[in-house]
Amino acid sequence: MQSTTLVLLIGLMAVSAFYLGRGRSLACVGGPGKGQALHSLPGYYGYFVAIWCVLPALAVLLLWVMIEPRVVVALVVDSLPASYESYSAGELDLLLNNIQNLASGDVVSVDVDAVLSGAAELFNAHIARSRQLLAVLCLGIAVLGGALAWRRINPELRVRNSVESVIRWFLIAASSIAIFTTIGIVLSVLFEALRFFQKVPISEFLFGTSWSPQTAIRADQVGSSGSFGAVPLFTGTMLITSIAMVVAVPVGLMTAIYLAEYSSTRVRGIAKPLLEVLAGIPTVVYGFFAALTVAPWVRNAGESAGISVASESALAAGLVMGIMIIPLVSSLADDAINAVPSAMRDGALGLGSTRSETMTKVILPAALPGIVGGILLAVSRAIGETMIVVMAAGLSANLTANPFEAVTTVTVQIVTLLVGDQEFDSAKTLAAFALGLMLFVVTLILNVIGLGVVRKYREEYD
Amino acid sequence: MVIADSYRLVTYMKMAAMTDTRIEDPTPATEAVIDAVTDEPDAGSDVGIELPAADAAVAPNAELGGQTVGNVHCDNAFMIAENVNVHYGDNHAIRDVTLEIGKKQVVALIGPSGCGKSTFLRCLNRMNDTIEVARVTGTITLDGKDIYRKSQDPVALRARVGMVFQKPNPFPKSIYDNVAYGPRIHGLAGDRAELDSIVHSSLERAGLLKEVKDRLEEPGTSLSGGQQQRLCIARTIAVNPEVILMDEPCSALDPIATARIEDLMDELCEDYAIVIVTHSMQQAARVSRRVAYFHLGHLVEVDDTDKVFTNPQHKLTEDYITGRIG
Repeated sequence: MQSTTLVLLIGLMAVSAFYLGRGRSLACVGGPGKGQALHSLPGYYGYFVAIWCVLPALAVLLLWVMIEPRVVVALVVDSLPASYESYSAGELDLLLNNIQNLASGDVVSVDVDAVLSGAAELFNAHIARSRQLLAVLCLGIAVLGGALAWRRINPELRVRNSVESVIRWFLIAASSIAIFTTIGIVLSVLFEALRFFQKVPISEFLFGTSWSPQTAIRADQVGSSGSFGAVPLFTGTMLITSIAMVVAVPVGLMTAIYLAEYSSTRVRGIAKPLLEVLAGIPTVVYGFFAALTVAPWVRNAGESAGISVASESALAAGLVMGIMIIPLVSSLADDAINAVPSAMRDGALGLGSTRSETMTKVILPAALPGIVGGILLAVSRAIGETMIVVMAAGLSANLTANPFEAVTTVTVQIVTLLVGDQEFDSAKTLAAFALGLMLFVVTLILNVIGLGVVRKYREEYD
Repeated sequence: MVIADSYRLVTYMKMAAMTDTRIEDPTPATEAVIDAVTDEPDAGSDVGIELPAADAAVAPNAELGGQTVGNVHCDNAFMIAENVNVHYGDNHAIRDVTLEIGKKQVVALIGPSGCGKSTFLRCLNRMNDTIEVARVTGTITLDGKDIYRKSQDPVALRARVGMVFQKPNPFPKSIYDNVAYGPRIHGLAGDRAELDSIVHSSLERAGLLKEVKDRLEEPGTSLSGGQQQRLCIARTIAVNPEVILMDEPCSALDPIATARIEDLMDELCEDYAIVIVTHSMQQAARVSRRVAYFHLGHLVEVDDTDKVFTNPQHKLTEDYITGRIG
């Protein structure tokens, strides 16, 4: 029996278990009109029986599916002739792979002999038997669980509490998915990065000034020793981020001030959604806008001013990234300004301040922590931004502070290191994980500080 | 947001011209008539613009929308509101209110919630300008000049007509900077010493100096609610205004802090005209010289405080102060 059929069948059983449980609970007290004699609503008795029917069966199914391949493989290995006992782990893996491929009708890498085909048949037979067993076991447990729960039903049984606690555990499981995924990602990045640091010392990675991640593939290859000094990447990232912030902070802040304090409701009603559209443009669109429109424009403008500008200058990427971040800065600053109680505004106006005096002397100082927090979040966004810099910034790791030169960023390097077929034991590939770890740590710190500042500030006025 | 259209302006100017003539050149006969109608011996000596006041002899009535009963006029009228109407969009919040506010006295505005007393108060220093949909018509003059005229800078007006708000709203600055804020933006002090003396004297007059003189650099928000409100009063008087508007200044305070603020009002009215909105009839009775009772946007009755509280002329006023409505 297929697993999907089995799951469907269990589902059907759950539905009938619900109605049976509900019916029995009502029958216990003598008909649908007497529901108030029950501890819980009749529906809860239904859910109670359904849960006892489904959960144990599903748990067994899950366990079985996880254990089955190992057991079957072990059985197949046992059945192999004694000559295979001398095989190394790698050879045995290859053999088992071939057996499984043969069993499922895939291409096999060696000539098929009697042993191989015999093992494959055995494998298929074991799988088929295991499935039969599983189906019988699951359905049996479902029936048994449901029946036991059904029999336990009586008006005093506090099923609502049991059902609620199952719901609670279900919700806990759902919310822990994201948390465990994050932990998993962090750990995998961390361990790969540690492998990298075994090959390249961490001091060289953090303080080296030369980045050239090409490593020799064969021992006799020359010229590609690989150097992994990440400083040019950090400075490149910083350069582009600062250009972006130079654009985004003043423009975003002034936008927020205008929208929060000066504009009429009508203008605000139009401008705010438009800004949000800007925030909704996919970064890849910004990317080709940067690469195809802004970069040539910067280059031409630079040339007419007599400055030599690289065609993939940091300036172009930074400008476009700044524009991308404007809505983020302006909406966070807008929130911060609006969070300042209007009593402050009234107080300042009531003393005869002009709007700009009110803004600069009262509102902005009061909103400053929130604004700073917002800017920190924007910085972390800029550092982690990938698509614009992949498309508009260069690949050459120049250690420079000149915005007209091409620089590369951490994110660009991660992309280039991991795109395509890579072997996962070379320093080149592992370097991407080290860079990713750095990026993660920096943005995490910025986010924690930024959110902390924003939250602290909110508490102050609520 | 000033006077909505030119038609209204023209009509209004005609009206004003008519009244002016009557005041400037009162024939003995007219005076006698007015005296007779208003039953008020000193009507002729009033500086303010004379409008037919309601007949005080009329028996109490429950009708709304008639003339204001009592006496809208006062000695030393300094701020005069005439036929003021306020619309918030389609909502007619203030209907044809005429009221004089005299120097060196406290006028209390009372009335049930939503009756328009705060709205009226906010008209007096044009705080309603900050509300987009608000439209104010009629005239309000300060020392004889229309504060809604084109050439009036609302910012300059608010320096002359200060305001204290319902909830203490010190700025997130030090106590010193809170008080120094107004003098600084208006350039009232030439140097630091002068600013210091303004800050000290304002705190002194607000009765706060003793409590805070050693902690002027602490944030204003670190003070207690009552102290914060007195800080806000100090902040207001530091600009040296002529009129102080108080919008339920004690509603967020405990009784002791309230008593202090009330004492303070007694002292301050030596120098300023004070208009206070309050929900507490006892407070109105304690602090004010005159009381104005608002109901659904109408100014129902104005008179000396003791008169209103002992012998209200209007049925609605009586109902309110005896606790039947509100």
